[in-house]
Amino acid sequence: MLDRTHRFRRAGAAAAVAIAAVTLASCGDSTGPNNKQNALRPQGTYARTILHLTLPFFWIAVVIGLGVIGGTIFVALRFREKPGEERAVTQVHGNTVLEISWTIIPAVILAVMAVPTVATIFSLAKKPTGPNVVHVTVTARQWWWEFHYDDPGNGIETANELHIPVGVPISLTLETPKCSPAPCYLDGVNHSFWIPELNGKKDVIPGREQFLKLEADKAGTYLGQCAEYCGLSHANMRMRVVAETPSDYAAWVASQLKPVATEDALKAGVDNTTWACASCHSFKVGVAGVVAPNLTHLADRTAFAGDTYLMNYDNLWKWVYDAPSRKPMGNLSQHMPNFSAAGMTQAEAQKIACFLLTNTATNPSSPPECVKS
Amino acid sequence: MAQAVVTAGSSAVAPHGGDHSHDTNTGVSNSKLGIWLFLSSEALFFGAFISTYFLYRGRDAQFLKGPTPDKLLNIPFTSVTSFVLLMSSLTMVLALAAIQRGDHRRLRIWLLATALFGATFIGGQVYEFTEFYRKGLHLGTNMFGTTFFVLTGLHGAHVTIGIIWLLLLWGRSMQGRLPAEKSEAIEIAGLYWHFVDVVWIFIFTAIYLIPTH
Amino acid sequence: MTTVEDTTAIVQAPERRVRILERPQATTGKFSWVTTVDHKKIAIMYATLALFFFCVGGIEALFIRLQLAQPNGTILSAARYNEFFTMHGTTMVFLLGMPIAAAFGNYLVPLMIGARDVAFPRLNMLGFWVFAFGGFFLYSSFALGGAPNGGWFGYAPLTSTPLANGYLPGRGTDFWTVGLIMLGIGSVATAVNFLVTILNLRAPGMTMMRMPVFVWMMLVIAFLTLFAMPPVTAALIMVFMDRNFHTNFFNAAAGGDPLMYQNLFWIFGHPEVYILILPGMGIVSEILPVFSRKPLFGYRVVVMSGIAIGFLGWGVWAHHMFASGLGPIAVSAFGLSTMLIAIPTGVKIFNWLATVWGGAVRLRTPMLFALGFIAQFTIGGLSGVMHSIVPSDTQQTDTYFVVAHFHYVLFGGLVFAVFGGFYYWWPKVFGKMLNEKMGKLNFWLMVIGFNLTFFPMHFLGFEGQPRRTYTYPSGMGWDTLNLLATIGAFIIAMSVLVFLVNVIFTARRGEKVGHDPWDARTLEWSIPSPPPEYNFAVVPVVTSLDDYWHHKYTEDDEGRLVKLPTGGAGEEEELIPAGFDPHSIHMPSPSYWPLIFAMALPIMGYGFVFKNWYLLAVGVVIAFFGLNGWAIEPSTDPEPSGTEAH
Repeated sequence: MLDRTHRFRRAGAAAAVAIAAVTLASCGDSTGPNNKQNALRPQGTYARTILHLTLPFFWIAVVIGLGVIGGTIFVALRFREKPGEERAVTQVHGNTVLEISWTIIPAVILAVMAVPTVATIFSLAKKPTGPNVVHVTVTARQWWWEFHYDDPGNGIETANELHIPVGVPISLTLETPKCSPAPCYLDGVNHSFWIPELNGKKDVIPGREQFLKLEADKAGTYLGQCAEYCGLSHANMRMRVVAETPSDYAAWVASQLKPVATEDALKAGVDNTTWACASCHSFKVGVAGVVAPNLTHLADRTAFAGDTYLMNYDNLWKWVYDAPSRKPMGNLSQHMPNFSAAGMTQAEAQKIACFLLTNTATNPSSPPECVKS
Repeated sequence: MAQAVVTAGSSAVAPHGGDHSHDTNTGVSNSKLGIWLFLSSEALFFGAFISTYFLYRGRDAQFLKGPTPDKLLNIPFTSVTSFVLLMSSLTMVLALAAIQRGDHRRLRIWLLATALFGATFIGGQVYEFTEFYRKGLHLGTNMFGTTFFVLTGLHGAHVTIGIIWLLLLWGRSMQGRLPAEKSEAIEIAGLYWHFVDVVWIFIFTAIYLIPTH
Repeated sequence: MTTVEDTTAIVQAPERRVRILERPQATTGKFSWVTTVDHKKIAIMYATLALFFFCVGGIEALFIRLQLAQPNGTILSAARYNEFFTMHGTTMVFLLGMPIAAAFGNYLVPLMIGARDVAFPRLNMLGFWVFAFGGFFLYSSFALGGAPNGGWFGYAPLTSTPLANGYLPGRGTDFWTVGLIMLGIGSVATAVNFLVTILNLRAPGMTMMRMPVFVWMMLVIAFLTLFAMPPVTAALIMVFMDRNFHTNFFNAAAGGDPLMYQNLFWIFGHPEVYILILPGMGIVSEILPVFSRKPLFGYRVVVMSGIAIGFLGWGVWAHHMFASGLGPIAVSAFGLSTMLIAIPTGVKIFNWLATVWGGAVRLRTPMLFALGFIAQFTIGGLSGVMHSIVPSDTQQTDTYFVVAHFHYVLFGGLVFAVFGGFYYWWPKVFGKMLNEKMGKLNFWLMVIGFNLTFFPMHFLGFEGQPRRTYTYPSGMGWDTLNLLATIGAFIIAMSVLVFLVNVIFTARRGEKVGHDPWDARTLEWSIPSPPPEYNFAVVPVVTSLDDYWHHKYTEDDEGRLVKLPTGGAGEEEELIPAGFDPHSIHMPSPSYWPLIFAMALPIMGYGFVFKNWYLLAVGVVIAFFGLNGWAIEPSTDPEPSGTEAH
């Protein structure tokens, strides 16, 4: 009798401790890891607005949740029937006052929540205006992000790494690639653009132009990834936003608009006649590749292949050599081929990698493997 | 234990085919209630395709060169076949009236007539489909091709199932297995048939009568 | 007894047909299960198969968790992972969630309303076999060209691009669309059956407001199923057509709109989640009063809340689409409607707590699961309210936060209620009580495992981990929480193993109990355990809510319980009145025809998937053959009055 109660109490206490441990482990530092992709660490005004809306209601939810859980445990233990006892329980069928109260009170709480919610929805939906706003068209491709800067005097065409000036709203137009030439019937699939520390996500839907705005408070790198299941390499469709001071940003723009090498030189260097790189990629500043990234400033980027591999000699030559082994691509009709199966040797791949690292970098520094006698 | 009044009817599981509506709580027989519920589900099914048709009207991409509805639809022709389908509902009602008064010969005549009218309608659909196809409208030609063929095709499939149902009922009557007490079987088939007819009225209005600007 | 041949037939042909396929007669023995139309047997089959699929889906989850236990995992390739998460979701929703509702509904609804079976016993049988063949059909895809891999909601155009140059490898999506349409046929059939049963077959005196809450919930979900299946069937047909016949429903380049798919899917999808949870709420509403020895607090309000949730559930679907660019007006409207639906949900929770308050609480295993439901469903409901705050949702949706949310409501909620229901009704179904010690172990392992798995996911979502990703890089700070979640998943697996051991142990050496071991309230406890085929020897006449309870107890002037001296039927022998002849009750005979019709469906399905039109034609012919045989066959053996039915 007493034995069972004690055992239950011990079990209950053990469970409570376990749950508390899990909760605390989950919390850790209350804002979570500093992984540059953490919505609890907003680095821009929009993400901060969202968190300021989320947190109060998170805490209300915690209070209500603990209340209900506590209430559950309380009623379970407080009114326990002792074995053999036959209590003459009062048969209560209901109570109108209670029913009305616990209908009205949650309704009021929700109504209070609704007001700032709707206000924030509309404020986040407003397109930024003004001469400083940077406009970028984002094209979500299988499985990388294409960026085209739309403002006059700009026109940069790049991939996976979005440079922005700090303190300035960035107005993004999100779309999927338009298939061409007509008649054609496939316009890509759904994706979702998400940089948690700068704003919530926005889906990219074929046939539509979606709007999303970003703004960063201070210089830094902010990570993101595709957030709508899009096939085999959905997990490998990442990107980064690099926020820079206005002068650094201006310098970056200038460097990206200046070709490091001519288009013909680039094509020759990658052995375009053998491997037909230009049938997918672009080697001309400001021009998009047919289905693959613009490579004129490839080596300026921190990472590649959907921001999944750091830009270095080893990663790059292996990618050129046999990309599908580095990133699942399945039987997608247009993807970086397995050149090794087409006859490319490792040496050739390495040569191409060295060439790209040297000739598509604003400030080239040849990796040791590429400095040969 | 509670004393219960047990009648032969209520001890059975489900009221039997004839008129046992008094056995049910609602007063409507199980089968009739069942078919009404099923038809309400079907209404939403067709509603989904009709809404899709409306939402996709006029949304063809620039490069799509297929024939447009105004070049294809033959309203006089389809009005005639629609009228035939409407008349089939009349013959269905006559079939029900016949079995309810015990006139099995007339029941079979009207059942066949309904099936025949339905088949005529389907024949008209087949002709229309092949005409459109000949003029260059395929499933994937443009949005009209997609929505038109799928919506009317699904409706046609429902009509065809109905025709087979009616013929099977006719067969049962020929075998003497459809006495007047089982008239509900005709009533239920009738409800399905009228439903399919009403859906066509909606489809016909949506596709043929509402002008595409 | 009666012969099979129809003595009223005029022509020879029907007799010949009958001889080819003589009507099965047996209601006992192993083969009788294949042809049974008895709602109780069908329910047991539903539950067994649903439990089987729960384990299959669970194993898929274990693999998912193994793959994610560490960054850059190599347990599953990307392709295999995508199949596993798709099949995990599809299995849990369509092969566990809906069938288990059919299981409990099938067993209990006729008993709770004082009926002898459902309105359409053969249609009932069809529902089960369609489920069985549909599940088999879906899983056969693993061996026949790839399992579905487009996610359990299969967004177009990822799924609708043609097989040849599509964005998803393999023909899994064709199995998925066709398989779900097949399962949908069974669901609609079962929904019609429950609706007609509940509306038409209640015992004398059983008004709507005297029905148990569980029956009310089944009524609501039957309506929801009836109206939710059509839009998704339409969407699946459109995907199938786009893939195989180059239609343009979701082809943006031709003028189609991918959002049309999402709208059609979620018009189904949101009511679907209420279809999944309401039976669980019904089960909890039955367990709590019994183990508190008090009536359900606010019966009317709980019923009305269930109905309200059913209605309001149609107005919230676009909250699954807050990030898809619907525009501020639309998202505001759906955000508000989503907040609104939290109100009746909360009302139920408060009513449940008030039920237990002041009672005489027995913390037996069913009660533990019901209490666990309250606590965990509340957490899930609260994270759901956080999702209704649209801007917050744009950070939360498509991440592990939403994965946490729906597992809290569906596992912490529904699955806990299901296990509670198993422990509660096991003695009624089998005449034996599941072992209590193992039950408690089952419960505690499940609570610990479940919370360990899913609570950390709230944080993972905020910290940037999206869902449906087969791996994640190191250095994101997600490693520990993912590992914890994996450990939790294995603890859940252990808890399920304990349950299975309990089942086997009970079958062999379980404690036999009488007809009312829990001292319960509803009609099913007034008949023997297990119930005889005809359920009630004497159809009860109902005079109040919880009628059976009022035969055992009354209240004094202060409303306190007073036991009646002649209450209930204390002795098992008293349950059946003297002189009762079981053969006087004619139950519907078993049948082959629903099985035959059900078999036609996968044949047609393979025909569609492989574009084999001969196979399709064969399937259609078998289907009509089955339907026709069914229509001609009487529901019971022909009696001299020549009764015939459905």
